[in-house]
Amino acid sequence: MKTTDSFGRPLVAVTGMGVVTSLGRGKDENWTALTSGRSGIHPITRFPTSHLATTIAGTVDFLPESRRGASPLTYALADLAAEEAVGEAGLPAADFGGPLFLAAPPVEIDWHHRLRLYAQSQRAGDWRSLIEAAREANEAELFDESQFATIADRIAEKYGTRGLPITLSTACASGATAIQLGIEAIRRGECDRALAIGSDGSATAEALIRFSLLSALTTQNEVPEKASKPFSKDRSGFVLAEGSGAMVLESLEGAIARGAEILGIMRGCGEKADDFHRTRSKPDGSPAIAAVRAALSDAGMSEDEIEYINAHGTSTPENDKMEHLSLSTVFGVRMPTVPISSNKSMIGHTLSAAGAVEAVFSIMTMREGVIPPTINYENPDPAIELDVVPNVKRDADVATVLSNSFGFGGQNTCLVMAREAG
Amino acid sequence: MNPKDVVITGIGVVSSLGLGVDAHWQALTGAAPKPVLDGERFAPYTVHPLPEIDWSTQIPKRGDQRQMETWQRLGTYTAGLALDDAGMKDDEALCASMDMVVAAGGGERDVNVDQDILDTSLTRNDHDVLLNEKLTTELRPTLFLAQLSNLLAGNISIVHKVTGSSRTFMGEEGAGVSAIETAAARIRSGQSSHLLVGAAFQTEHPDMLLAYELGRHLQRGGWSPLWQRSPEEGGGVITGSGAAFLVLESREHAQKRGRTAYAAVGPVASGRARRGGDGLQDALEEMVGRLLGGDAPMLAISGASGAHAVTKAEKAALDARGHVTARGFSSLTGHMKEAQFPFAVALAALAVHHGKAYPAFAESERPFEAAPSAALATAVGYNCFEGMGLVVKA
Repeated sequence: MKTTDSFGRPLVAVTGMGVVTSLGRGKDENWTALTSGRSGIHPITRFPTSHLATTIAGTVDFLPESRRGASPLTYALADLAAEEAVGEAGLPAADFGGPLFLAAPPVEIDWHHRLRLYAQSQRAGDWRSLIEAAREANEAELFDESQFATIADRIAEKYGTRGLPITLSTACASGATAIQLGIEAIRRGECDRALAIGSDGSATAEALIRFSLLSALTTQNEVPEKASKPFSKDRSGFVLAEGSGAMVLESLEGAIARGAEILGIMRGCGEKADDFHRTRSKPDGSPAIAAVRAALSDAGMSEDEIEYINAHGTSTPENDKMEHLSLSTVFGVRMPTVPISSNKSMIGHTLSAAGAVEAVFSIMTMREGVIPPTINYENPDPAIELDVVPNVKRDADVATVLSNSFGFGGQNTCLVMAREAG
Repeated sequence: MNPKDVVITGIGVVSSLGLGVDAHWQALTGAAPKPVLDGERFAPYTVHPLPEIDWSTQIPKRGDQRQMETWQRLGTYTAGLALDDAGMKDDEALCASMDMVVAAGGGERDVNVDQDILDTSLTRNDHDVLLNEKLTTELRPTLFLAQLSNLLAGNISIVHKVTGSSRTFMGEEGAGVSAIETAAARIRSGQSSHLLVGAAFQTEHPDMLLAYELGRHLQRGGWSPLWQRSPEEGGGVITGSGAAFLVLESREHAQKRGRTAYAAVGPVASGRARRGGDGLQDALEEMVGRLLGGDAPMLAISGASGAHAVTKAEKAALDARGHVTARGFSSLTGHMKEAQFPFAVALAALAVHHGKAYPAFAESERPFEAAPSAALATAVGYNCFEGMGLVVKA
């Protein structure tokens, strides 16, 4: 088998995958739910929702860490996904032997800790009391939670990844960027394998409020499972969610040599930043168009070769319109017939994890020959003419996938995956 | 000489010592370089404050300035200095195809809103409801964007039109190390032709001090030189606001547009040493040996933080074979977290470019008389991760 691509670079295989979302833990639970069109969106119970415009989310509530704050939950989610991925790859559990790329949300000391420390302080009405109380308390765990390096450091320690682990953020594109960094490192010949994880357990009250204040979230709270409706006319914002996705990436040559099962091939990745606005994309869609084209060109493929698109599909009025515009520009008259679906219709927007979670689902789509649907597609947006695989899964022979991730702050990343080395 | 060598063609630096490369070279090579300090605003903590900056010279639109707090303004401003210095600032095609790696922490929270919540919490037990009540009514919508780690890069794209790609690494000093290591590796392998890389840190905000003090890392007894800080006065770190951005290019890319480089980035090493016992010192000694090879006199631009055990380990590792002479710039700039390594590389590049070493930054530092043809840049995390890079003649 050929183990290099048309540019002579090492082909990158996926040999292990793990995932956690509000739909459940692990690939099996998630796949069963996704292909039966089940939503993981539910009323928020983690914190009171009085005064909040949005009272639903796709939080992961079934873990012991679910109520312990953003950092512990983000770690736990990353850990579970990594465990499943490394296990499937058949690699030693504590001696991974390649670098770690972790997409994770920015960290801050949790409000509950802030309030507790202040209650222990001199309460003198300014920030000095809080700092003094923090110093007095001298709680190692609190310090660790305030450090951006901690989660990756712990994952690196547990799985025996090599070198200085990289934690990154490209907002909603982060998970895809983590995979891209892994692909690039393998192509440079720096390593035979890399562990790429996207994890996000940051659905706190403050996070929800911040996105609310930007008018990014839907307020269709009445029937939570119907609130995320990408490409529908009455879509009104995304649903905040949590989750994690992990991939073991390996040079195809190395994977074959050790007899690993090849789950899929990462053919190409591309990115393009937007310089238009902090939360809105350029009206002509040129950055998203350029990101898709860059990914195709990096994969050495033409747009005709893409058989399915895993959409960014957030269910905001803006994103879905722009995504349609961009894809129509790239794919032309063929676009209305290319199946495209949004996992976010069921799992919500898992933010830093989304690109990795959706890459895992993209590979599963090819392996299982089943396209998960875009649910809640009852009122199509006439301005968006797409085959969104409405409401019900579809059996389909899919050999290639394009997965889109478009972030706040203008960071756009696209991945092209294939079932076989080709 | 290889067409894919990584050369530094633009440098932007800001610290309490001034704005830009010339101001820093002069301040740091003067007879007895002196720190700029503010011991009052955040007493008992001393900080190295930002100098006065006219943001509009790099961020002309008021609307853009209003969308940011000081941290993002500082980074965007300093990135502009680097682009200017590289002669790329107004070259739309070069900026549009330019890649970017930013090392970032988080931005500034609203101190007044937070303090109001803290004070009100003392009179109520329904804290979660209180949070909802206050945050929904008091938070400014744009402040979230000013806090987001990846929005420094986002603002650089908007203001300077750098849009080839945009990646933000997080994780204190290590993020700065990885940013430069990855940037250099991408250029060397042909994955990128020109790249903007750097970081900014704005310490003049209570939350930025809180993050250190949760782990008792800050010095509380006023300023003293980096290598002479005592555990009796706290954790040893004195922070500073500052930023460093570099324009890196492949040699052939720089030559094609007729630019002279300050210096070239040689090998970069990074690690995640276990910090107990002699683990760190051993790892750093091994790293120095790997990067330097022989025993020729070498100038080291050290990003040591002042954190006691870690700084001691770094000093011991640099002193181990007697041929490395360190300059710890944090004595004069304060610790700039994510910006430490980019700043170290910038100062190393200036020394190589001028063929002149810096005088001692503190009394205990040994003289270095030779004209440096290379310099070692270091950043050892006050809590975790470490890295070094060799900067050589272009």
